[in-house]
Amino acid sequence: MGDTISQAIAWLNDPLNWTNPQGVIDLLIEHLWLSALAVLLGCLIAWPLGIWVGHTGRGGGLTVAVSNVTRAVPTLALLSLLPLTALGFGAPSVVPALAVFAIPPLLATAYNGVRDADADARDAAYGMGLSGRQVLWRVELPLAVPQLASGFRTAAVQVVATATLAALVNGGGLGLIISRGFGLGMSVGGGQILAGGILVALVALVIEGLLALVEKVLTPRSLRPAR
Amino acid sequence: MPFPSGADLRPDAVSAMLDAVPDDPWFSWSYIQNNAESLGAAFTEHVELTALAMLFAAVLAIPLGILAYRTRWLTAPILALSGVLYTVPSLALFALLAPFMGLTATTVLVGLVMYALLIIVRGTLTGLRQVPEEVRDAADGMGYGSFAMLMRIEIPLALPSILTGLRIAAVSTVALVTVGAVLGKGGLGGLILSGFRNNLYKPQIVTATVLCVALALACDLLLSWLGKLVTPWTRKAVAS
Repeated sequence: MGDTISQAIAWLNDPLNWTNPQGVIDLLIEHLWLSALAVLLGCLIAWPLGIWVGHTGRGGGLTVAVSNVTRAVPTLALLSLLPLTALGFGAPSVVPALAVFAIPPLLATAYNGVRDADADARDAAYGMGLSGRQVLWRVELPLAVPQLASGFRTAAVQVVATATLAALVNGGGLGLIISRGFGLGMSVGGGQILAGGILVALVALVIEGLLALVEKVLTPRSLRPAR
Repeated sequence: MPFPSGADLRPDAVSAMLDAVPDDPWFSWSYIQNNAESLGAAFTEHVELTALAMLFAAVLAIPLGILAYRTRWLTAPILALSGVLYTVPSLALFALLAPFMGLTATTVLVGLVMYALLIIVRGTLTGLRQVPEEVRDAADGMGYGSFAMLMRIEIPLALPSILTGLRIAAVSTVALVTVGAVLGKGGLGGLILSGFRNNLYKPQIVTATVLCVALALACDLLLSWLGKLVTPWTRKAVAS
């Protein structure tokens, strides 16, 4: 047990493990790049749809259905099936697979954010003669920003976490350190497995912390929950 | 940036990849017939892991949720700790546990329980917080003690929310079991991973995926039916 810990520390302290091709730095960049693309794709699909559904009030059940269905599909299955389609291996199949898991939180918060916009404010805006589109842009969307930010955080953290699994099916990213470690076997690769686990967990927690900060900054004081 | 990296694949899979994806059908009855035994074994392992994980998670999380509700100063720490556990990616959690607990089903179980924990704790806490103040006041006035209030007023009223938490946790757990494949104990996930690594064998990946999704839906239906059974009063609201 102590052996594995000292092996992991030794692994993390070896600069070559960081700077080598396919080392920690390369993999981290690849991991964040894949995740960013997936979140972007998710936003492009989920935000317009969620905002539109929230604004018109039609199809509210859609958001619940989408999150229920995607929850039941194992990430690993999607990550191993998409490369076998016309998308092919690498980013073109990993990014859509990850985006699927970013969509439910993005969709739900966009829908709820617009839907829950203060009814009095909406009525007042209509009373002042604003059109439906103006109400959406000037009243509902600004009021939905905190919810959109919170959905973005959930989605991004989820994608960064899920992207780890891409390594198991040849998709790259930080999970590769762990996957390689398991490939070496527990006695040789134990330290590397532990080191990879620490790195991946840290990256996820740091992203979560950073985005929580962004969420806080984007939420106007008057919209913050009263304590 | 070099996206595809063959470093982790067995040589046969690498050569298969270079020859492009083999031309197997997406679905094959003969695969299912010829591999009924291994499919059955993987399915059974999947069900066992899910059931055990849910059992442990429920036994731990429901009291933890009640504790977080009754002891105000514990609410934030319990939610924060389970939130941090939930943020750690599943593969990382298995990687952190495996060197100490070995490549065993126990390691997978511990990981699964940790993830289900947060969902059930949140559901329990939400449910208990939704108990109307007037109801509590009325029970107080009728002379209910703190324990009787919990058992006969608060928990029954929180049951629908607790059950929602259990349903979400069960469906997530079924999907998460697949990641246990890295430890060699992933139920149907093992078939997905080996199907990918050995010649990208589509029928195996698809069959295991379909079984996995079906199991998740079955768990959802079972718990929803169980929920209706233990909360008969909620049915009236639907009927009227």
